Amino acid sequence: MTTEILIKNGKAAAALLAGGIGALTMGLMTTLGESVAAIGTALNWYNPVGALSGKTTVAVIVWLIAWAVLGNQWKDKDVDFDKIAMIALVLLLLGILGTFPPFFDLFVPKA
Amino acid sequence: MEVTFRESWGVLHGLIFGALFLLSFSGGIVGLYSLRPEFLTAEGLKERMARMKVWVASMAAIVWATVITGTYIVYPWYRAKPGADVTDLSAYPRSLLLSAANTAEWHKFGMEFKEHVAWIAPIAATVVAYVIAVYGPQLIKEPKIRKALMNFFVVAFTAAAIAGVLGAFITKAAPIH
Repeated sequence: MTTEILIKNGKAAAALLAGGIGALTMGLMTTLGESVAAIGTALNWYNPVGALSGKTTVAVIVWLIAWAVLGNQWKDKDVDFDKIAMIALVLLLLGILGTFPPFFDLFVPKA
Repeated sequence: MEVTFRESWGVLHGLIFGALFLLSFSGGIVGLYSLRPEFLTAEGLKERMARMKVWVASMAAIVWATVITGTYIVYPWYRAKPGADVTDLSAYPRSLLLSAANTAEWHKFGMEFKEHVAWIAPIAATVVAYVIAVYGPQLIKEPKIRKALMNFFVVAFTAAAIAGVLGAFITKAAPIH
């Protein structure tokens, strides 16, 4: 008789939540970069691409750091998966909202 | 018949990488949905998992290739600024779109949405590929994880589809030559 060793759900939860955090960061960087001129300028890390270079790089870095930290914390644990998966999905959708022009235009100062 | 160097990159970015990701989505989502004990034998599960791991990892790689070529190769040509003495804007798509009231929204809404939302697709697709690679056959006993992965996969597809459709319309209105 063999005993099957199951992987705890922490690894999946960490990947999902980190993905949500990465997407939210993309939405946040987009909204901040478009509505605050100084942030838009600061995010211009590569002239041919403009601020998009900084927005996307920050989002990817934050995503990977969040994944490394959460993955390390939860790798051998069972966590409240339903709750974390729901939070991750909400963050993912908020990330999309942050990239939606009619949304970020609400924060652009009117001339 | 001629395809310029820039047009070739546009085709690689949108019609090859982007379209491949969108077309392969149905295979991935059906694979995840049908990963259920009542649908698969032990042999079937083994065969299915090996295929799914490669399929979804390839999708994640393709969508990364799509956003990287789009952002760092094609986009700079799109947003290039014309010199003060340039009157023909056909080589400057962004400026061309903004020069007329009836096309300006293709940039202000279309391109602004596309260039940002697209980057959410590779993040979400990578999460799905990673969890499938790590959990493998165990996913058949994990309906909650499967459901969460399907949600992420659908969001990845939606983000890529928005970017793809807007990209097609923008290219029609102001192509990169």
